[in-house]
Amino acid sequence: MQAVRYARAASLDEAVQMLRDGGDVARVLAGGTDVIVLARERRRDIDLFVDIKHIPDVMVLSFNEADGLTVGAATPLYQVYAHPDVRQRYPALVEASRVIGGTAIQGRASLGGNLANASPAADSIPAMMVLDGVANLVGPQGARQVRVAEFCTGPGRSVLEAGEFIVSLQFPTPPAGSGFAWERFIPRNEMDIAVVNVGVSLVLDGDVVQEARIALGAAAPTPLLLEDAAQALVGRRLDDDTIAAAAAAAKEAAQPISDMRGSIKQRKHLAAVLTERMIRKAAARARGEEAAL
Amino acid sequence: MTTEQRPATDERIVVTATINGEERQWLSSSRDSLLEALRERLGMTGAKEGCNNGNCGACAVIMDGRLVNSCLVMAGEVDGADVTTVEGLAQGESLHPLQRAYLEEAALQCGICTPGFLMASKALLAEKKDPTEEEIRFWLAGNLCRCTGYDKIIRAVQQAAGQVAGAQVADAQTKEA
Repeated sequence: MQAVRYARAASLDEAVQMLRDGGDVARVLAGGTDVIVLARERRRDIDLFVDIKHIPDVMVLSFNEADGLTVGAATPLYQVYAHPDVRQRYPALVEASRVIGGTAIQGRASLGGNLANASPAADSIPAMMVLDGVANLVGPQGARQVRVAEFCTGPGRSVLEAGEFIVSLQFPTPPAGSGFAWERFIPRNEMDIAVVNVGVSLVLDGDVVQEARIALGAAAPTPLLLEDAAQALVGRRLDDDTIAAAAAAAKEAAQPISDMRGSIKQRKHLAAVLTERMIRKAAARARGEEAAL
Repeated sequence: MTTEQRPATDERIVVTATINGEERQWLSSSRDSLLEALRERLGMTGAKEGCNNGNCGACAVIMDGRLVNSCLVMAGEVDGADVTTVEGLAQGESLHPLQRAYLEEAALQCGICTPGFLMASKALLAEKKDPTEEEIRFWLAGNLCRCTGYDKIIRAVQQAAGQVAGAQVADAQTKEA
C-alpha cells in the first residue's frame, strides 16, 4: 500500500473541508471495496482517505410514500436488499445489488460507491436509472442533485467535481401499476462482471404502457438509458410486436466493444434478449402475476 | 503530483477495538489494512493474505456482525469496532462445531482458505440456521479453494448446521427437564 493517511469526518461540512484541504490526492472512503484496491495497486495516487461512514446522512435507509426511498451513499448493500420496502417496491434494486461481489463485499460495498466508480458494467446503475434515481451531491460549491441517468460521462468518469461526493440516492415512490426487473448475463452463477445487464421499469394501465424506462449496461462507455426502446412501448398495447420493437431498439442502441467477456455481436444479441425478458418480467410484476421479492 | 514526488505521509495511529471479545489497543500505520494490523501488529496470523484485492476471501473476518474481507478495511476504520477472527472460534481446547465439521468432512487440504471459509460459514449460520445447498454455495462464492472442489466444504457446513440445530434441541430439552 502506498503511504496514505486516514481521517474520519463527523459531518458533511467536515468531510467537504477535509477533501478540500486534501486536494486531488484525497478520496472519500465509503465501503472501500474498490478505492482501497486502487490505492494498493497504485492505479490512483491517493494520499488521504476521508471516511464518511460516521456521517448519519450517508448511512440512511428509509422509505415513506411522500418522499420515496432514500439510500445513503455508504449504506452497505446487504442492508439495501434486505429492507422490506425495497424488496416489495423496488425489486430491480434487490436483483442488482445482491449480485455485486460476494457476501463479504456486500457487507461493505454501497450503491453510492458503485455509482461513483462509473464503471460501464456497474450492476446497480441501470437499475437505479430505471427507478428514476437522483443522486444528492455535496462539495465545495454546495449541494446539488444529478439524475443517475446523467451521472456517468465515460468509463470511470462522472459529473463529480473536485472535492464533490455523493451523499445519498433518492428514488420516487412507484405509482400504481408499476413493475421493475433487472438481470445480467454472466457465464457463471455468481462473482462475475456483467457481459450485458438490463433494467426495465413499466407503468401499465391494463394492457397499455403508460410509462417505460429501459437501461442497458456493459454495452457502451457508460450505462445507457434507452429513449428509443422506451418510446417503442409508451402509449401502446404491450404485445409480442411492441416488445420485439423495443428489443430491436435496444440492440440498435448498444455500442459495445469486444473484450475477454464477450464480443460486439454477442453483446448486441444479449441487449435484445435481456430487454425482451425484462419487459415481460416487469409487466408480470406490474400485473401482480409475479411476486416482487 | 506523482507518487514518486510525493513525500510519504503515513501517520502512526492508535486503534482500540474488541478482538475476539477482548479489548485491544495497538499502534498501526495509517496505511495498514485490518489484515495487516491483525497479522503484523497483533500477531494473529489466522486470517490469510491470498489475493489482497477482495477476490479470494482468505482474509475474511466478522466485523460488527458482518462478514468482511479484512484486506479491504483500513486499520483506522476498526477503531471502536468489534472483530471476530478464526482465533475466536474455539473455546480453549474445544473446537467450534464448524471446525469439527470441517475436520470430519475433510473439508480442507492445504488449509490456507480455511480460516476465511470458517468465518464465512459462521456468518451464514448466524443469519440462516438451516440454509439450502444453493444458499450455502451462493453465500460462500466469495471464498476460493483450489484443493477441495468445494463439495466437502458444503457438506461440512450442512453437517454443522445440523449440529447447531441438534444442540439447540438438546438445550431446549435440558431446559424443559
